Amino acid sequence: MRYAMAIDTKKCVGCSDCVVACQTENNIPIGYSRDWITETVEGIYPGLHLEIRSERCNHCENTPCVRTCPTGASHIIEGGIVKVNHEECIGCGACIQSCPYDARYSHPEGYVDKCTFCDHRINNGQDPACVSVCPTHCMYFGDLDDPNSEISKIVSARKVKVLAPEAGTKPQIFYLV
Amino acid sequence: MKTTRRDFIKISSMGVGGLALSASPVLGWVPGFLKIDDVIPDDSKVKRTPTYCEICFWKCAGWTYTDEKGKILKIVGNDDDQHSNGRFCPRGTGGVGMYNDEDRLKTPLIREEKDGKQYFREASWDEALDLISKRLTEIGEEYTRECIALFTHGSGGKFLGNVLKAFGSGSISAPSYAQCKGPREVAFIATYGKGLSSPEPTDIRNTRCLVLIGSHIGENMHNGQVQEMSEAIDNGATIITVDPRYSTAASKSKYWLPIKPATDIALLLAWMNVIIKEELYDKEYIEKYTFGFEQLKNHVKNKTPEWAYGITTIKPDVIRKTAREMAGAAPAAIVHPGRHTTWYGDDTQRLRAVAVLNALLGSWGRKGGFYMSEKLHLKNMNTPEYPKMKHTWRDAHPGKYMLADLALASGICDATIPSVDRECSYKAWIVNGSNLLTTIPNRKNTIEAINNLEFMVVIDTMPAEITGYADVVLPECTYLERYDMLRTSKHRKPSVALRMPAVEPKYNSKPDWWIAKQLAEKLGLGDYVPYNDITELLDWQLKQIGSSLEEMQKIGVKNIDREYNDLYILQGEEHEFNTNTGKIELYATSFQQEGFDPLPNYTAHPEPLPGFYRLNYGRAPMHTFGRTTNNPNLTDLMDENKLWVNPKVAKEWDLSNNQEVWLENQDGVVSTFPIKVRITERIGKHSVYLVHGFGRFDKRLKRSYGKGLDDSELITNVMVDPIMGGTGMRGNFVTFITEDPKLKLVGNKARKRNKSGNSAKINNKQA
Ligand code: SF4
Ligand code: SF4
Ligand code: SF4
Repeated sequence: MRYAMAIDTKKCVGCSDCVVACQTENNIPIGYSRDWITETVEGIYPGLHLEIRSERCNHCENTPCVRTCPTGASHIIEGGIVKVNHEECIGCGACIQSCPYDARYSHPEGYVDKCTFCDHRINNGQDPACVSVCPTHCMYFGDLDDPNSEISKIVSARKVKVLAPEAGTKPQIFYLV
Repeated sequence: MKTTRRDFIKISSMGVGGLALSASPVLGWVPGFLKIDDVIPDDSKVKRTPTYCEICFWKCAGWTYTDEKGKILKIVGNDDDQHSNGRFCPRGTGGVGMYNDEDRLKTPLIREEKDGKQYFREASWDEALDLISKRLTEIGEEYTRECIALFTHGSGGKFLGNVLKAFGSGSISAPSYAQCKGPREVAFIATYGKGLSSPEPTDIRNTRCLVLIGSHIGENMHNGQVQEMSEAIDNGATIITVDPRYSTAASKSKYWLPIKPATDIALLLAWMNVIIKEELYDKEYIEKYTFGFEQLKNHVKNKTPEWAYGITTIKPDVIRKTAREMAGAAPAAIVHPGRHTTWYGDDTQRLRAVAVLNALLGSWGRKGGFYMSEKLHLKNMNTPEYPKMKHTWRDAHPGKYMLADLALASGICDATIPSVDRECSYKAWIVNGSNLLTTIPNRKNTIEAINNLEFMVVIDTMPAEITGYADVVLPECTYLERYDMLRTSKHRKPSVALRMPAVEPKYNSKPDWWIAKQLAEKLGLGDYVPYNDITELLDWQLKQIGSSLEEMQKIGVKNIDREYNDLYILQGEEHEFNTNTGKIELYATSFQQEGFDPLPNYTAHPEPLPGFYRLNYGRAPMHTFGRTTNNPNLTDLMDENKLWVNPKVAKEWDLSNNQEVWLENQDGVVSTFPIKVRITERIGKHSVYLVHGFGRFDKRLKRSYGKGLDDSELITNVMVDPIMGGTGMRGNFVTFITEDPKLKLVGNKARKRNKSGNSAKINNKQA
């Protein structure tokens, strides 16, 4: 089992619904977030290209954050989901420093928090909150080890990229370009 | 490179907000992890109640989840709803912020004066409503009841409108007509005998070619349309976007036509020229359903792509290629009519060109074009007849805007300022959920109108700027705290949706139905509201269609089978259109009768003077204009607007990213607040762009006060559409002021006192 997400940049309009849905679903205090939107513009008017991406923890296969965590609070669970045990976390922020994607933040309660792939939802057979709300249906979630899953099919059919591949983290969020 | 959220904020646009670690207070956040399922087991403490969203006019139906303590957890879409298909947009998802907003109006307020100083005093509902009923009655006696007007936007307006009609005035208007979609409604009525209204019956999900000219799907979050555009992209449909700005939609398009602003009609005529000349139009359709093809053919004969090139700067081969592309996809092609259509005062004609082009493509009534929507008509309880009215808003504008099919908010506003040639002007306004100071252009004029009123009541959830001018302010509760009329808007299938309270009204706020009922009773018009509680009305209406309130409380939305014909006009089917000729009028006889061009013409519009830039405004997906800019959840996504400036312009003015500038328009009006510059290639050299709804100037809006700039205060040149009275707002030009103009004022004063060369230098620099 290898959970992964694919996001179609040809459809994402940068509306931020994924951000606000994550905040309400996961009870994230206002002013903080587990996911965010990035925009890159290339070219000179009128020869332009725009890419909009919904970003979050990449649930990397090779995890600098878990390696640097001194308490073992950062750990990997079934399906490759990278999680933080809030009780064990001392909020030292070593993981925040080591993450090349700035995907973690210090929660005001004193621990570090990040995307969980909404494991509480996927355990119930539901999509993560961000995926389930996205009005353009541009996000896909599922098991990459299952060749028949929607995500396996779309990742193999389309041109994909990952962020900061040079960091060697083996990200599991794929951008369809 | 390390991507950081904080870096991103610096470059982020208004369209795509990074999340600022803002200083806003932590609202309603409960520690711990809540597990909520979309389908709730019976023993769950979590409850869900149906609602339909009121953050924008799309009115998506969904569910509000609350925990056992009555805290709202989240709002999600209802899978059976055709407006949302189970997915809310960011504003709807963040709708709980409207309820939680601590700046909300909390209790009725009455304007008082003491020692020459005016202030609001808190009042009871009874006292406030007594005062309203007394003043309306007095004004009705002194002048006429017809000089009372209602401005409304949103679901509650119906209740208030009925009371006003019972009282004796039919002047009920919404800025969403003359300031927004009016021109397109009139143009489509003239062409097809039918307006588009909301949601527009565009069959985007089945289209092969979507042409966006003045439509910004993706930045406008018209939910169903955004979803369908995405489906169309999946299906490989061609998107053609005409926009001087590289909009989100432009970035998803096969063709982006960066047109010179204000020249769209020329492009539309040239497209028709190509389609007719190359005989790419749907001949059978034109023959069977349309009137005036020969006149049209003659009319566009000389409107060649070469002619249009000189006007629009779009190359002739691009015009030809795109015309062929849409004709190749026809009838599964849509030239989208857009929504905010009041630009240059010839807007009805521009939208006529859109309507006619669609007819050439044979897309009206065809799969992948425009479908035939259907609406459920509910019965109403018996009430006495409304009194006959001698005057309507039209009498204030004799002989003008005869083709307007709804009342003009701006027209009522103008007719409030006394004039010698008008017998009577409006004397009292009831304003509901409609912040007239930012929705009607030319603020000075609106304020003058308000100053001429004898009485104004404002009913709102928030201390919007207009409330500051009211004599009585009534706090309306939010949609999450109330029942409303059933939603029956048209769609592919007729449907009905219920809004019911998920929580009790906060503070001392009340629903509109209740306010309207109390007012009716105080005015002696109780017979017009034949129920004690709105649930009686809803249950009665639902029983007439074989449902009940009880059933709707469980399902939220009910789709009903279509009663009439197919979703599309069938091939060869006889079809009568509601126009003078019974046909689709390429040549608009109704326009000809009123003395307007029966076929659309291009006219040139003023261009910016050197050093000035066209002021272009638009939308961000996470906000519904000013309605949401104080919403804690949505402000968290985007808390200010920025001014898009082309890099070459920025260089000329020596502007840098995030530098604050003030704007001054062609009439010397200077913005109250500064705005941060965003240097981007996404805009050309001749205009600047910002998102509408920011620069709030009422201090009671604590989160949004002074954040960003309000374009509407710079819209002082208004080009009124002679056909239907729409207020064209895109003919305003601005220049940059890089130093605080308030300091400049001080400098000027200093100069007057002491004519030193130094301050003259400051002045020169700013001139
Ligand atoms: S909700 Fe979907 S379309 Fe909107 S920003 Fe997120 S990924 Fe993009
Ligand atoms: S998967 Fe869940 S936790 Fe992760 S970004 Fe999406 S909504 Fe947030
Ligand atoms: S489109 Fe968004 S804001 Fe509008 S009604 Fe739907 S969910 Fe609400």
